[in-house]
Amino acid sequence: MAAVDADSLRGPGLLERLRPGRTARRLMRNRAFVLGAILLTVVAVVTLLAPWISPSDPNRMAVRFRFREPSWEYPFGTDNLGRNMVSRVLWGGRLSLEIGLWVVMLNAVFGVMLGAVSGYFRRLDGLLMRVADALMAFPSVLLAIGIAAALGPSVTTVVIALAVVYIPRTARVLRASVLVVRELDYVQAARACGASDLRILLRHVLPNCMAPLIVQLSFVFAYAVLSEAVLSFLGLGAPPTTPSWGILIAEGRSYIREATWLTAIPGAAIAVTVLGLNLLGDGLRDVLDPRLKVDAR
Amino acid sequence: MARYTLKRLLQMIPLLLLVSLISFGLIKLVPGDPAVVMGGSNATPAEIEVIRRNLGLDQPLWQQLLSFYANLARGDLGRSLLLGQPVMEALVERTPVTLWISLYSLILTVVVGLVTGIVAALRHNTWVDQAVSILALIGVSLPNFWLGLMMIVLFSVWLGWLPTGGYVAPSTSLVGFLQTATMPALSLALLQIGLLTRITRSTMLDVLGQDYIRTARAKGLPETVVVLKHALANVMIPVVTVIGLILSVLLSGSVIIETIFSVPGIGSLLGNAILRRDYPMIQGGLLFVAAALMLLNIVVDVLYGVFDPRVRVDGRG
Repeated sequence: MAAVDADSLRGPGLLERLRPGRTARRLMRNRAFVLGAILLTVVAVVTLLAPWISPSDPNRMAVRFRFREPSWEYPFGTDNLGRNMVSRVLWGGRLSLEIGLWVVMLNAVFGVMLGAVSGYFRRLDGLLMRVADALMAFPSVLLAIGIAAALGPSVTTVVIALAVVYIPRTARVLRASVLVVRELDYVQAARACGASDLRILLRHVLPNCMAPLIVQLSFVFAYAVLSEAVLSFLGLGAPPTTPSWGILIAEGRSYIREATWLTAIPGAAIAVTVLGLNLLGDGLRDVLDPRLKVDAR
Repeated sequence: MARYTLKRLLQMIPLLLLVSLISFGLIKLVPGDPAVVMGGSNATPAEIEVIRRNLGLDQPLWQQLLSFYANLARGDLGRSLLLGQPVMEALVERTPVTLWISLYSLILTVVVGLVTGIVAALRHNTWVDQAVSILALIGVSLPNFWLGLMMIVLFSVWLGWLPTGGYVAPSTSLVGFLQTATMPALSLALLQIGLLTRITRSTMLDVLGQDYIRTARAKGLPETVVVLKHALANVMIPVVTVIGLILSVLLSGSVIIETIFSVPGIGSLLGNAILRRDYPMIQGGLLFVAAALMLLNIVVDVLYGVFDPRVRVDGRG
């Protein structure tokens, strides 16, 4: 599940500058984007409101009501300790999405920094890209597992492990666009006018590299949610008292024969979220970066 | 061709050095004393001292690095704490299992991905195209291990068609292999099928719009010849390029999928090593897989030259 590495697919002069009004109108006409946005809004609202709309505390046990099948009273059933699965799935979503958001933010900050430095000031390019190549030589989830296993299980571990895995990929995407934009005439003109490197980079180059970055980040979010589930399932994530979707699947696995819903429902929640993110990413890519039709992960 | 292959192999060396440095550095990430973490809560100070000495953690860093590379040069990745067996030996023993399942999964991916992608492109903008696109999108959105668990419920628990896990080598019994390997291979393949379908579809659409396809049709060639002979050859090129990527995703997924289906391959070996904090095994396993993947990528790139003569002429890279 490597992130988009689109160097080979991107040609010069096709990167579009974000024009907020026009872009928004075109996005609203894009079916994939609208559907993805709707799915994600629903997931985000429901999980954000978890403290208020959960029927009970996610860890409250009621042994008398254990293994209740999904019903009107318990839409997602109850688990082996009688805990209400609606509450657990809602709270689990909070953690899963929070981890995804952190990974995206770290990718935005460090991916842009490293990609910009590498693409604009070519002096560090060789070294930075070799390190990126080396990190990308490992299968992505496998490297995340290795890092998480070394750091020891915790939520922070998962965030760091996934950030380290995806930042080189984001940096590469940004570097590719910086390399194209820095050669454009108006950048040369700015340089001729005596603008400093920092000013050129921040005011003239980076704003024109935002489109591919936004597309990339939406896919990073999707992979982060999927990979978080893998790491948590393997016991490398949050402690079991704070459920995430991956942990719920791991817990449900022991009772998969009698109580399939314990595994099925959290997995479906992941699928809906990731589907929403992929639709959103597809829509953004179609509108912002029309040349890039294929996602080469 | 031989020169190109040799060049690629030589280029691999600096990257391999960096990759091995990363896997060496992994143990430095362990907070506190790695020997204590590995020993577990019941270890006596003497036992911890033994672990520390065995891993060379009592030596200065430069000496650790030096002996790491000296051992690596002899193909020695250290000794697994859990199995008491050399890491390299354990990995090599289990490689065929993972290779067979990966190969099975790759075949499923290429066959299903190509066929659905081509069909969708030929029926562009019809319900077939839309259905394929939606299914491909769902395919890349499902967590593969969850899909594996759901398949166990459906095919093993409810229908009773397939065993819940285990592994039979194809050399022992082909039927046994298909019975045990189909669910793991399918769970691993799903994501790549979605990916390949999308790539094949958009490439095929590009190719079908080209002039030489119009020429072929204008000559009155039957549509099957146009598609299978003229278009397919060019669709294969991007497919070959993503095979390296597909293998990487396959190996990434193997840890969790092999653990779920109790397949005794490299993936479950690493899965167990993670649970028991067997750092030499984790380090060695990661390095082994990364190196294998680099080699496979070179093989793929050389094959690429077979499919696309242009690559051979300018000696890409």
